Formats: sequence, C-alpha cells, structure tokens
Amino acid sequence: MSVLVIAEHDHTSLKSATLHTITAALQLGGEVGSEVHVLIAGHNAGAAAQAAASVAGVAKVLHADAPHLAMPTAENIAATALSLFPGAYTHVLAPATGFGKNVLPRVSAKLDVAQVSEITSIVSPDTFVRPIYAGNAFATVQSKDPVKVITVRSTAFDAAAATGGSGTVETMTAPADTGHATVTGQELTKSERPELTSARIVISGGRGLGSGENFKMLEALADKLNAALGASRAAVDAGYVPNDYQVGQTGKIVAPDLYIAIGISGAIQHLAGMKDSKVIVAINKDAEAPIFQIADYGLVGDLFVLVPELTAALG
Amino acid sequence: MKILVPIKRVVDFNVKVRVKPDGSGVDTANVKMSMNPFDEIAVEEAVRLKEKGIATEIVAVSCGVAACQETLRTALALGADRAILVETDVELQPLAVAKLLAAIVAKEQPQLVILGKQAIDDDANQTGQMLAALLDWPQAAFASKVDIADGSATVKREVDGGLETLQMKLPAIVTTDLRLNEPRYATLPNIMKAKKKPTETTNPATLGVDVTPRLMTLKVVEPPKRKGGGRVADVQELVAKLRNEAKVIA
Repeated sequence: MSVLVIAEHDHTSLKSATLHTITAALQLGGEVGSEVHVLIAGHNAGAAAQAAASVAGVAKVLHADAPHLAMPTAENIAATALSLFPGAYTHVLAPATGFGKNVLPRVSAKLDVAQVSEITSIVSPDTFVRPIYAGNAFATVQSKDPVKVITVRSTAFDAAAATGGSGTVETMTAPADTGHATVTGQELTKSERPELTSARIVISGGRGLGSGENFKMLEALADKLNAALGASRAAVDAGYVPNDYQVGQTGKIVAPDLYIAIGISGAIQHLAGMKDSKVIVAINKDAEAPIFQIADYGLVGDLFVLVPELTAALG
Repeated sequence: MKILVPIKRVVDFNVKVRVKPDGSGVDTANVKMSMNPFDEIAVEEAVRLKEKGIATEIVAVSCGVAACQETLRTALALGADRAILVETDVELQPLAVAKLLAAIVAKEQPQLVILGKQAIDDDANQTGQMLAALLDWPQAAFASKVDIADGSATVKREVDGGLETLQMKLPAIVTTDLRLNEPRYATLPNIMKAKKKPTETTNPATLGVDVTPRLMTLKVVEPPKRKGGGRVADVQELVAKLRNEAKVIA
C-alpha cells in the first residue's frame, strides 16, 4: 500500500507547494507504513522527475511523458493519475493550489470517493482537519472511503527536503489525450520577485492604494525587503493588479514571516488568506479598520506618506 | 442552447459565523442566508449569454432543504426561466451534489452548466469538476471570460501564475471566478415576475441517487485567536520593532 502525490511542476523543477504536499504524504506514509510515490505528468519533464526522486523520503517517481502533457488540461492529468487505479494507493494527494483544485475532484469523482479539501493537519490516516467558512471554523472530518483523496494547504506543512532522497524513477505510459479541451494560450505574470505563496515577506495593497500606478510605491518597498507582492480582492477587482496577486479565502493562502497590509481594511475573506502569518503589520488611515485587530504592529496614517518613509528608513 | 445553473443556499458572506458550543458544527439558526456569491456570478453569466441571443433557456437548480426555494426565487428574479429543487434534509456533500446534478443533466440535456467555483460555507471547490468527471465532459474551472461560438467554448481561466485560455467543444462545464462579471441586483418588477415562473420539486430517490454522506464531521472548533491590536506611533518605531522585537527584518 502506498501514498500517491500528484506533483505540480514546470517540467524542469517541482513547485514549492509539491514539497509541502510530500511532507503531508510522508506523515501519512509513516502512520500506515507505506511508501510515498510521486506522479510527474509532463513533457520533456525528466528533470522534474529527477528532482522528485531527490526529495528526501520519496520511494518512487512515476514519470509519464507525452506531448499533450506539455500544457496539460485537468482532464489529461486526472486520466494519467487514474490509469494507476485500481492499484495499491490508499491516499492521493495534491497541493491545494489552482493546479490541485482543478485536477483532484475529477480523480475523486471517477474513483467514487469523497475529496477532503485543503487539509491543515492529519489526525490519523482517515481523519483530517480542514478550515471551513473562510477559516472561521476548523472541522475534523473522517473519510470511510477506500481511497482518501486530499488537497493539502501548503502553509500548514513544512517543505520536504529537496535533496537527500534516492527514489527510483519509473517510466509509465501516459493515456492518450482525452481530447476534451486544449490549452490555446497562457498569459503569465512575469516577475523577478519571490513567489507569493512561498515568500518570507509579503507586501499587500488594497483599495486604499487608489490606482495601479500607486502600486509602484509598494514595489519599491518590496525591492528593499526582497518581498512578494499581494493584493486584496478589492484591488484586483479594481484592476490595479492581476488576478494572481489576490490573497484570501478564494485566492492564495499565505503565511510568511512578515505580512505588511497596506491600505487594506481587512474583510474576513482577506484575513482568511493571511492570518497565519507570523508577524502582521497594518498601515491604514482608518484607525477602526478590522485589520488592526489582528495586526501585531498597526500604524495609523496616510499610506502615501508612510510607505515612502518606511522604504527610506530601510535604507 | 439551454444552460443549467446550479446554486447553493449558504450563510450570507457578511455574517461572522459562530461555532456551536457542543462542537457539532456552525450555528446557522436565525442567520441570514443568501445565494453563494460565486453562484450569483454563474447566474449573471447565463443571463448575459441569453441577452446576447446565445442561450435560449436558463434552468436554475438547487439541492437541499425546502428553504432553497427562496434562493431559486432569487435566481428566477435575476433572469433564470425556471427552477428545479432537489429536496432533501440529508447533509449534502460535493460528490452527492455532483451526482444529483448529473441526473438533472441527463433529463434536461443542457449544452452548458455554469457553477460557482466554490461555496463559501464548506470551501470545498469540488462540485463543478466532479460533475464534469461524472459526465465525462470538458471543464473550464475558475473562469474569468467565456465566449461561446459554433458549438465551442473559449474560456479564459484564472491560474496561479496569471491566465490560461482553454478551448473546448460543448457540452461543457464552467466554474466561475470573481472577475467573470459583476452580478446585477434583482429589480422589484422582476422579483414579482419571478413568483409566476415555474418551479418543480424532485428528490434524490426519484433521481436514483444515493446521497449518504461519505465524510463524517467529528468536531468543529474555533480557530486559535490571534493576539493583535498592537500599535506603533511612527515608522521609526515600526522599523525598530520589526528589527529588534519581531526580528523579521535585518
């Protein structure tokens, strides 16, 4: 019996969320005495398969390589994973990212089992804790299904060590293209900054910034701190920044060492995405803004004065 | 073209929920209930497709307790043509809902099903993708733009790094993200008109679907409280605290 992780990768390396998911898998594997296997479905993805085999604790990498997995659809990733069933897997895990959320329910429905979304801890091999209601409650749920299909919240599990492992890489045949859909284009946000979900410091802006132009002010601060940039839903809806900046219940979940919320009032939906940050700083002109209730260091005032001042003070 | 829009009745997004003292769940008694916000976006998208002459009929469907009728009325007031309630008092989980919807799809034969990507109560983000799998249809999850032409859908979807465009043949499943549209409000005349629109009621047994929950909720607890509320007077104090007290910057 084994635990399967469906890896999110870019064909050459693993996305950091995959390393966090492997930690959850190793914890499960340890409890039931199973091996952890990682599925790399991609095209010319030998490097990603090697990277997965090098992760400490991974016993085996299943490498499916095919042209239709170069820009894969959920249908094709799910079909590749499903080709391993019926089989020896008791658990199927994927990161609770856009990738995992898109793919895993397809796997789960085809196996006729429930999915447990976005777990934050493992109580036992069939019992997990997950947030509900934007993190305002945590439910402990038990699955009686023969296969447990699970997405893992990255911020709740440490990253597995990327080196030190000596897993074997086994080539598997990818099922033929399901032909359901084709990826015809990608518009990816280019950034030299750290990735939002894995950065040590995150600076987020809200409606208080007033315009996309004003976000440049945050970029200067982010440069000083080598921070990632995020945003509230209001700032994304207003078109100040692209959708992939959104932090919150239905956007990205972050838990950096330092989160600086600038011009963000602190709707519960935003707090759901960042309140596990180690240290929270809030800068807002409204002293009554809810963000101050969860901030370790609140600074009331005009962000257009304070942010440049802060950037300068960091020399 | 017929569009099916599944909608869910949830605790209103403005309500701060409370965990029941016995840890059995969240207190939903006497709490304001509304249509799941992502489902409002789904209804709006369907109505816009009808206004453009692409869709001919919009069928709203909800699964759950009798009170879901109210939520269906809202969908009718927003522009859905008729409504189906799959009535049950059993706690419905995403896989069960997907199976009920698959049964409705088999009867109604829509070309497009538009669902919210996530319900703001259980935050599962599963039903649309599960329905696509059960029907063996293509899926476009987290859509921010939908174009329908010549029996195909071109969908821009929000992914972690930006946007991705998918092309697929109908019938297909679309799940909505926040930027797809801004839902309208129901006008009073439309609310009145909605009362006359047809609504039918069925149930899981009639549809031949076993909705027994697969997950057991053992307990529900409040999250650990975060101790916040600290204030600093100025930027100098903030920087000093971050350096010397929190030690998160050099």
